[in-house]
Amino acid sequence: MWRELDMDLEKHDVFLGALPVAFGEVFLRQENRPAGMAYFDNALAEAHGGRIQEILAGKKAGRMVAGTFCVFAPEELIFAVDGISIGLCGGAQFTVPTGEQVLPRNLCPLIKSAMGFKLDRICPYFQAVDFLIGETTCDGKKKTWEILNEYVPTYVMELPQKKGAADLTLWEGEIHRLKEEIEHRSGREITADRLASGIKMANARRDALARLYRARWADPVPISGKDALLISQLAFFDDPERFTAQVNSLCDELEDRIARGEGVTRKGAPRILVTGTPMALPYWKLHHLVETSGAVIVGEETCTGTRYFAGRVAEDGRTVEDQVKDLARRLTAINCACFTPNKDRVEDILRLVRDARADGVIYFSLQFCQPFGVEGRLVERALQEAGVPVLRLESDYSEEDVAQLKTRIEAFLEMIAS
Amino acid sequence: MLVVGIDVGSTSAKAVLFDGRIKVYAIRPTGWSPREAGAEVLAEILDKAGLSRREVAYIVGTGYGRVALNFIDQAVTEITCQARGINYLTGKAGTIIDIGGQDTKVITVNEQGKVVDFVMNDKCAAGTGRFLEVMATAMGMDVDELGSLPKNVNPVNISSMCTVFAESEVISLLAGGAAREEIVAGLHRAVARRVKSMLKNTAPATVVFTGGGAKNEGLRRALAAELGVEVMVPAEPQITGALGAAIIAWEGNGGAVAHN
Ligand code: SF4
Ligand code: SF4
Repeated sequence: MWRELDMDLEKHDVFLGALPVAFGEVFLRQENRPAGMAYFDNALAEAHGGRIQEILAGKKAGRMVAGTFCVFAPEELIFAVDGISIGLCGGAQFTVPTGEQVLPRNLCPLIKSAMGFKLDRICPYFQAVDFLIGETTCDGKKKTWEILNEYVPTYVMELPQKKGAADLTLWEGEIHRLKEEIEHRSGREITADRLASGIKMANARRDALARLYRARWADPVPISGKDALLISQLAFFDDPERFTAQVNSLCDELEDRIARGEGVTRKGAPRILVTGTPMALPYWKLHHLVETSGAVIVGEETCTGTRYFAGRVAEDGRTVEDQVKDLARRLTAINCACFTPNKDRVEDILRLVRDARADGVIYFSLQFCQPFGVEGRLVERALQEAGVPVLRLESDYSEEDVAQLKTRIEAFLEMIAS
Repeated sequence: MLVVGIDVGSTSAKAVLFDGRIKVYAIRPTGWSPREAGAEVLAEILDKAGLSRREVAYIVGTGYGRVALNFIDQAVTEITCQARGINYLTGKAGTIIDIGGQDTKVITVNEQGKVVDFVMNDKCAAGTGRFLEVMATAMGMDVDELGSLPKNVNPVNISSMCTVFAESEVISLLAGGAAREEIVAGLHRAVARRVKSMLKNTAPATVVFTGGGAKNEGLRRALAAELGVEVMVPAEPQITGALGAAIIAWEGNGGAVAHN
């Protein structure tokens, strides 16, 4: 299987070798984890095993495999042709140096890591995809696609940067064009029926994730932030129907826990909302630091968090035209920092603070991430005005700044407690 | 009752023995082992005071080395400790600028000595003690010499805040014949500007300058000039974190403190 994927096996083994240790330390040591996490632990363990085999088998049977990079990529279109959608990650320091061979060093680690995965040939998913769907969110990504395209076909959607009528029209056109591309690549026509089932599938997954997030509003929290983050990260990889069923059954367990008043931390533990740049697999650093400092993360306003399941798509569109309009409308529900203005993001954060009963907010941006880095100022001010304590952190995937981050997180918790 | 605060920073370890006021204190280099440095500085104050470990009711540890101290009763971050220590010394609300070996912090404190907000440099060494240390080495000086240069020199312009770039800038300034004291004044101004950019809000009313950096007279003058306010330096600016830790230990065990 690995040969067929043209992987660099030696490097792959080195990369994977470190993961079980990290995973054990970050996840398995937690106390009182919900039993339902077993599925997700296994899903991660099988990421470079069972799941990729499953995908290759699908590929052999003629299913198209598309890689995506952003929560705006309309996966519904991929589902409509019975294709496989894989959200590619770039959350590992391991591949950053290789990414830097073709990209400037002062670019966010997310892009460099993703690029490095391709160059290093250690990610079976990157090797398995037929093509990638990129978008023009930030300049770094936009220009990276041109380079990545030399290694794997990369189709680029033009994501508007405002949310007016003209922008919606543009986005609608982009979705139509992607539809044609997917029809062409998969050899299947996207009919209204097929698209309707694709929409249902994506919505069901959104509903399940939203339910998981609601469970975290309870005090004590029935699940740690780390576990919830892992689930969100796996949402981009796993078979959507199986994943949805598993999240729902986990939620049954969590709701039972809530009814019994059972949690993973003591009642009254400081509750933190995290907001900012997405945290791609296997990036767990911030969550781990916060949750080993005595606090618990009760929500993520990120793309590996609420932005991923924001914007339920209407299910009553009868024609493909209408359905594409509905898909395009989702643009207005996701408040990525690439938009201007982006006031709604502040509203989202304030609402999440209230709903999740957060005691404070950590605004996290990856180093060199301009959209979220710059927007931090506005969010910080709005939160301060609302009397919500906020801590801004900037970091990357390396471990060098762990002690400093820990000091700042602990000081923030001491500040909230006093 | 006797309590101790220990602050193990990246370059020095400090300890304060407290009984309602500062009884004795000690400062020594951290060396390679934060745990040993902490133990040694504790032994040193006990020795100075002629006491044994058993007579100390409670120990609070702080600083980056706090996690390594296995003999303490409680760990508290240096941010909270600085705030408490300075509030004890001044009795006022205000802003603390702490320039240590590896990092620079700006802490806003209220009347009760509680932290209201704080900023700390990230991975970048700009504006920290480390920055000045690298520059001193580039000029063949010891970092302690930087502070004692004459007052009224014209600072040269240092255009880069990046430690790596600034280092080569300093070397080429030297090669170009600039006077060392002018370069040093320029470096102090650069650090002061960096600190100013960390103060998100408008100029603070009271500024207390602490940490190893506060012993540098030139840096203090540069800060005062950039911020346009008076900059106070406590008599012993390096022990304010350890003092705060001691006060937290004291209050946590039912002690009451009067301001100094
Ligand atoms: S941060 Fe913006 S660009 Fe990145 S995945 Fe999220 S929505 Fe897309
Ligand atoms: S939006 Fe930020 S984190 Fe995302 S790719 Fe661009 S720079 Fe990186």
